[in-house]
Amino acid sequence: MKTAATAPVATAAVPSHEELVDERIVMAHFVAGLGFLTISMLAGILMALQLVHWNPLKGIELLAPGRWRMVHTNAIAYGFLANAFLGSLNWAIPRMTFHPVASRALNWFIFWAWQVIVLATAIGIVVGPSLQDQAWVMDLAKQWHLPFSLGAQGLEWGETPFWIDPVALLGLALVAVNFMVPISKGKGPMYVANWYFMAAFVWTFLTYAMGNLLPEYTVGGTSAGAIGGLFIHDLVGLFVTPLGWGLMYYFVPILLKKPVWSHGLSLVGFWGLAFFYPLQGIHHFLYTPIPMFLQYGAVISTIAVELVVSTVVINFFGTLAGRSSAIVDNLPIRYFYTGMVFYFITCFQCALQVTLTFQKLIHFTDWVVGHAHLVMFGVFSLWLFGIMTYLMPRILHRPWWSHRLCVYHYWLSAGGLFVMFLDLALAGVFQGYYWASLQPWDVSTIGSQPFWITRVFAGLTMFAGLLCFLYNLWMTWRTEPAALPASGVVSA
Amino acid sequence: MFESKAGVFFIAGIGFFVLAFLGNGVVPMIMYKDRPEKTAEELVEGNRRVLVQFQDLSERWPEQFAAAFGEPTEEKCAEALRLGRQVYIGEGCWHCHSQFVRPVSNESLRYGPVSQSHEYDNELQRPVMFGTRRVGPDLSREGGRRGNDWHAVHFFKPSVVSNQSPMPEYPWFFDGSPDKPNRRGLAVITYIQWLGSWLPEYPYYEELAEVQGE
Repeated sequence: MKTAATAPVATAAVPSHEELVDERIVMAHFVAGLGFLTISMLAGILMALQLVHWNPLKGIELLAPGRWRMVHTNAIAYGFLANAFLGSLNWAIPRMTFHPVASRALNWFIFWAWQVIVLATAIGIVVGPSLQDQAWVMDLAKQWHLPFSLGAQGLEWGETPFWIDPVALLGLALVAVNFMVPISKGKGPMYVANWYFMAAFVWTFLTYAMGNLLPEYTVGGTSAGAIGGLFIHDLVGLFVTPLGWGLMYYFVPILLKKPVWSHGLSLVGFWGLAFFYPLQGIHHFLYTPIPMFLQYGAVISTIAVELVVSTVVINFFGTLAGRSSAIVDNLPIRYFYTGMVFYFITCFQCALQVTLTFQKLIHFTDWVVGHAHLVMFGVFSLWLFGIMTYLMPRILHRPWWSHRLCVYHYWLSAGGLFVMFLDLALAGVFQGYYWASLQPWDVSTIGSQPFWITRVFAGLTMFAGLLCFLYNLWMTWRTEPAALPASGVVSA
Repeated sequence: MFESKAGVFFIAGIGFFVLAFLGNGVVPMIMYKDRPEKTAEELVEGNRRVLVQFQDLSERWPEQFAAAFGEPTEEKCAEALRLGRQVYIGEGCWHCHSQFVRPVSNESLRYGPVSQSHEYDNELQRPVMFGTRRVGPDLSREGGRRGNDWHAVHFFKPSVVSNQSPMPEYPWFFDGSPDKPNRRGLAVITYIQWLGSWLPEYPYYEELAEVQGE
């Protein structure tokens, strides 16, 4: 009541938190995301066990490692990352723009539609191949000379069966509308985070449409390869990356209680990424029959984007300067900056491995698998874990049940991932040399065993981290609501 | 412009995406637009190498084959290819096997001629099965390299014929034993035997002196 004199001004300009943020949907997306993350990691472990001959569930059609390998990547992108992003955006965008999302009802519709899409995709991938031989499906395929697949379609991350694609596109369009409304209501120039968010909504829709319609129905052969490369690349670069960096530009200054170091570098980072990132799709298929001049273009723009990424990382470490103790005593900040270090390693690796010289050796090997895990888990999953660690106590209005389990989650996730990354990168070099030396194929698979066994344990370590987090969340939920300590942020 | 909604929406969002799509996607589309895409029927027509294998399947396992496809005609072979390709995708084969031979790393010695664009101009390469990982070897010249019985046993239990193979078993391609492949099993074997069947000869890398360690 003491602030009554100033409060009216503030409330007139700034709507209350409750008016802006629907906390329940933030939590719902987080929980759904963690559910899909659990499924995805179990699927990954199944495939890892298969490679080291320890698969205990051999010969069961619906548990075929090949099918679950597709669920693994699909559920991580659309199940975990998309859900966790949607949850975080439902917190960040309304609070940043001072406008709630277009419609809360629409928000819940999107939530349920999205879970149905991801689940239906997983079911389609797992059950579809058993039912593929339906007369009507094969008749359609024969009549139109198109791949009508009840199971997965043959494009990574585009596996979503053809009967789900239109629904997923509609869902993405609704997401864009729901968040673009608050962004567009703001006056004047936008804050950095909103550049990334706004662009990401446009890009994600266009990318999904391109990858799920063109290579299946419009162009075939080598041209489809070029588009497929562009799709898998853009899905990381134009969906996951801008949403991730946007959230960093929102949460890092709040947690450090200081502005981003350089606005100029923010501008360079965003526009550089927007220009160079989409130009690189073909670098996934170097040495294919795709025209060589296009391959050179993709290689050069990949090296260019590494310079851009450096400016973004420098900007964030400039922001950290003077507050570096936050790495130690603020767990979300530690997650964020660990992810940024991994991001820099990823992009540095990218600038090297994209060269034709390097490609000779490491293409098709586990090096690439290690790279993919470093990006998707080491960077974006860690960032989202950090955001969840920060937001969940605020939404539940009680501190974490156990700080120690939060810290375990961090170390098991980051440590396990880093071991997996180093292990797979090394495995890739070995495999590349085994193949080039023309030894019989068995030599490469037998020689990979020590690396693959290490990978199983690294994966189990990451999974143990997730179990710590889930148990902690469960126990936190069961405690009585209480006021957070004034410092608020989870300390560790 | 750099911080305005219109700038971000139209230039970064739509503009840069379209620019990249034109450069990376439309250019190859235009370059290859005059190449006709073959249907499965056209691929089979007169293709002795795959038809011989299809015929062999019908003679080796007559009851299973008759129940699944009836007669080993060209039309049925095209049908088997179409289904076999869907099995190949649905079971995730393409996550561990690539379908292109690169001009580097001695691959043309191991697999045969470097892949060329025209090899992919057909409906079975839609989306194209380049692949992204080789846990197992490249398959684009696999057709005819091994017999149908080898493939049947290999799908049923890979480790029997391939030393310490990490490949999963696919007993659901069979009615209980490797000498009883079902429709899906016959289809996927036909598909594997088709790969590379458009080339004039089999690449037998196993016979190279370097590979023999001599």
